[in-house]
Amino acid sequence: MGIRPKGEPIRYVAKNMRLDLRLIAEMIPTGAKVLDIGCGDGALIEYLTREKGADARGIEIDMAEATRAVAAGLAVIHGDADADLAQYPDGAFDYVVLSRTLQAVERPREVLRQMLRIGSHAIISFPNFGHWQMRWRLLSTGRMPDTDTWNRPWYETPNIHPCTILDFVALCETDGYAVDGWLAVDERGLRAPWRRGLGLANLFGEQALFLLSRKA
Amino acid sequence: MNEVVPFSPDVAHQRAVFPDGLLLDSSATIAPLIVAYETYGTLDAARGNAVLVCHALTGDQYLAGRHPVTGRPGWWEAVVGPGLPIDTDRFFVICANVLGGCMGSSGPREEMTDAEGQPLGRPWGTDFPSVTIRDMVRAQKRLVEHLGIERLLAVVGGSMGGMQALQWAATYPESVFACAPIATAAHHSAQNIAFHEVGRAAIHADPDWCGGAYWREGRLPAQGLSVARMVAHITYLSESALTRKFGRRLQGAKAVTFLEDVFAVESYLRHQGSTFIRRFDANSYLTITRAMDYFDLAADFDGDLSQAFRGTPTRFFLASFSSDWLFPTAESRAITRALNRAAARTSFIEIASDKGHDAFLLDEPEFHAALGGFLRGAADAAGA
Repeated sequence: MGIRPKGEPIRYVAKNMRLDLRLIAEMIPTGAKVLDIGCGDGALIEYLTREKGADARGIEIDMAEATRAVAAGLAVIHGDADADLAQYPDGAFDYVVLSRTLQAVERPREVLRQMLRIGSHAIISFPNFGHWQMRWRLLSTGRMPDTDTWNRPWYETPNIHPCTILDFVALCETDGYAVDGWLAVDERGLRAPWRRGLGLANLFGEQALFLLSRKA
Repeated sequence: MNEVVPFSPDVAHQRAVFPDGLLLDSSATIAPLIVAYETYGTLDAARGNAVLVCHALTGDQYLAGRHPVTGRPGWWEAVVGPGLPIDTDRFFVICANVLGGCMGSSGPREEMTDAEGQPLGRPWGTDFPSVTIRDMVRAQKRLVEHLGIERLLAVVGGSMGGMQALQWAATYPESVFACAPIATAAHHSAQNIAFHEVGRAAIHADPDWCGGAYWREGRLPAQGLSVARMVAHITYLSESALTRKFGRRLQGAKAVTFLEDVFAVESYLRHQGSTFIRRFDANSYLTITRAMDYFDLAADFDGDLSQAFRGTPTRFFLASFSSDWLFPTAESRAITRALNRAAARTSFIEIASDKGHDAFLLDEPEFHAALGGFLRGAADAAGA
């Protein structure tokens, strides 16, 4: 699979792309410089390059995925958020994307700091630990919740830093990041109707999507 | 060692001759400068599809097809050809014998010239000046200009070829659209210099080396050059590859007798040594190993490698191999991080392989897919 010539619309790729990635793509303007951390096989990068004329690059920790992305002609390096972000210069990107990975990194606060150092904007999605099912399972069974989103036993989950939507907003406040937009979505990435307040979103949203920027 | 068959000097390599010569980093000038080279595929009308391949220490310009000296297939036959990662149906592929080499380019085996470029009727031998990786790249630049190419679509190389690719991107950024340094490093490590020195010491210790003037005595330092190759060859492999290929098997015997037993791995190394002396010149080996040892790209930029690529327009693809201990993944990752610091467009992967450093020459489907994809992507972006 090579990069297609510009101007040749391939809508089916966007349709097949994970829905949360489509929501992220909608937030990114044409011609932006983008870094996608945890880019997988590069679906978002390829889409942004082709459809939005972006200069999009990626970091992926899984070697097989990274190799697939490079073989597709994409600028992807094997690396991880904890170790590799510090290498990029200040303001190197317009948008830095971290999708469904924040809860799995070693130092989420530092990763956020790096994202907003190397990028003007950060787009972050993460599974919301404050969802009512999590609260109910813990309350009713006394055991770690086992849901569609949180489906690995505590002793082998890669999700070592779970947080709720309210936790995340509090960290943004503490570290001085402006929340320019947010969405709470269901597991498939569809926008959910509880858009009016963070409290409701924290109860009913399975995935959260935030657009941050440095406070001026 | 077995029989000594000096390689044939009669092969007519394709050569470009530059009478004005080349000023070297050592301040010496070689005039005329001779660059022997091969090309594969067709240069397009816009002269935009040229891919320069840089060869490694003991490689040469014969990438694919039958080698005119050894009669064996080219060293990158698995990678260069129609429909292969470096696709000769799409790209015009150039490979030049390095400066200091022994397949037709200016080097210790070629006829010595004086300061005015007049031939002196004897080979350079050890009087050939010290060369650097940058000198090699400058010589290649002359060839590329001679072929009428302003910008190379890509410069690709493994090992010492990767050093040249990095040097190309650092020295001529506007002339390199894409750069693929494979299984390489931005400087030669102390351990690698040490292994080179063992090889050089073996050559120096061979009485047939004659202080470098073996050409005068009609002799060949076959033993020394062969031992140098044997040591180097171990560094190109990995413990697991040696175990897989040879284990503790004996050559022609089932059990150890304590009487002249030969392990299969010994027999293999001796074969590697004895075939090498038929195609390689000992003084070239000394010259080129030194050039590798001198290489330290960051040293030209106050030790900050990212400065070598500051504002670079070039896109990069780096690959390393998991079992390569000569140019380990950490070296490629260090280059990748320097490129990130320079905000260069960079791809980097480590290929899982047990074949050691040699993996870049061998059948590694994932590496081939990644290199091919990178070059196709670059060609699409460059409109080539």
